Amino acid sequence: MKWEKKDLIGLEYLTKREIEYILDTAKSFKGVSTRSVKKVPALRGKTVVNLFFEPSTRTKTSFELAAKRLSADVLSFDVSTSSVSKGETIVDTAKNIEAMKVDCFIVRHSVAGAPELISRNVEAAVINAGDGCHEHPTQALLDLFTVREVFGKIKDVRISIIGDILHSRVARSDIWGFTKLGAKVMVCGPPPLIPIGIEKMGVKVTYHIEEAIKNSDIIYLLRIQKERQKENFLTSLKEYSFFYGIDQDRYESIKDKIFIMHPGPMNRGVEIKSEVAEKENSLILNQVTNGIAVRMAVLYLTIGSRK
Amino acid sequence: MWYYIHMKKLMDKKEMEEAIEKVCEEVKKEMGLSNLVIIGIKRRGDIIAKKIRECLEKKYKVDIPLGFLDITLYRDDFSKIGANPVISETDVLFNIDDKKVLLVDDVLYTGRTIRAALDAIVDLGRPSLVRLFVLIDRGHRELPISADFVGKKVEVKKNEMVEVKLKETDGVDEVLIVEKEK
Repeated sequence: MKWEKKDLIGLEYLTKREIEYILDTAKSFKGVSTRSVKKVPALRGKTVVNLFFEPSTRTKTSFELAAKRLSADVLSFDVSTSSVSKGETIVDTAKNIEAMKVDCFIVRHSVAGAPELISRNVEAAVINAGDGCHEHPTQALLDLFTVREVFGKIKDVRISIIGDILHSRVARSDIWGFTKLGAKVMVCGPPPLIPIGIEKMGVKVTYHIEEAIKNSDIIYLLRIQKERQKENFLTSLKEYSFFYGIDQDRYESIKDKIFIMHPGPMNRGVEIKSEVAEKENSLILNQVTNGIAVRMAVLYLTIGSRK
Repeated sequence: MWYYIHMKKLMDKKEMEEAIEKVCEEVKKEMGLSNLVIIGIKRRGDIIAKKIRECLEKKYKVDIPLGFLDITLYRDDFSKIGANPVISETDVLFNIDDKKVLLVDDVLYTGRTIRAALDAIVDLGRPSLVRLFVLIDRGHRELPISADFVGKKVEVKKNEMVEVKLKETDGVDEVLIVEKEK
């Protein structure tokens, strides 16, 4: 198979085979980060631009390291000091930077569809690093990679995604990815935060964490995004923590058979108690490590498709 | 679509085995077996490297570390041909600092693969010595690179291809010169 897509906008638009192809490619990139010289010359002479219209530490750092380990030049575009704040549209911003001959944009924006809009207007590769409540494809790819590493497969693995499904682009991408690869996905959270009709995406729904835990090999805790809770879907964070947070007691009841994942950054004390985040069956730091390999694969393939 | 129009056998199983026997003796004489490691370039070079290791083990009762290189990420034609369809893993699980490396590939042609492999090796460590064995040297070098140990040297025209077939991947041990036309 040869990679033909110049952009990565979401897992909704990829086939099972394409997703597996990225994961396979990522596997060979993982070794690069464990060597003493953590660099290969594959993308030497290419320029990658981080276009982050929304704050991010982990994803931005991860992409930056991934690009650097492939020997690309990376430019991080600071939106607060840019002409966007002077009223320039995102398409104009992207086109102006592209006129300086760059090869790839990594775009994060608070509005769903922004990366796709840019991708339709530039020749450069565009990778979605999170757009509104739409998708965060590289996060889901690294989640898939992590699960495949631990279980050796994804088919029939039972994963429950717990938290604010409604606002979560991570949940959306994970549901696309895991269902396409044959996992058994369940979503769990307070009723106002579970979108109506989500069953159509091929997932089961429960409002009780005990039921989610009972039927899972992995529980995937989403971050409760405090900034998105202004619409009063939750009575209080404390209440959420009481009904859906993983504390020592809930952990004790499940620890022998369940892995814990989280996309970060964690709200310690809300969806996950500190002592649980450090446990041996927490895959949270594996996810971060694998993020580099997966993003290296995505950069290599998308930029490579342009010749 | 390629069409085969002419085929010629360059080496058979016996000649391939003899070439491997021969390189084992030469390596022992010229590199010595202490601190020796073997690195094969994927694909095919890795299998030939394995055969050399087995031969050394049988002949001299030594256990030589064996590693494999995938040079995809070190190629110089990324801008021309784009991402390579398949990347496999580099598997050198030992430290190559101050080791004597026998680099192994099936066919030496332009020299670009070896250039890439040398870059990959330098990223893994600093060997004291690197020597190259190729089963077939077919000429037409584009870079100043030459092999130290050669199974068979032969002038092959540019429109012809050398096909090294190995039992492990192709079901048969033989080397062919194939003239192909589009």
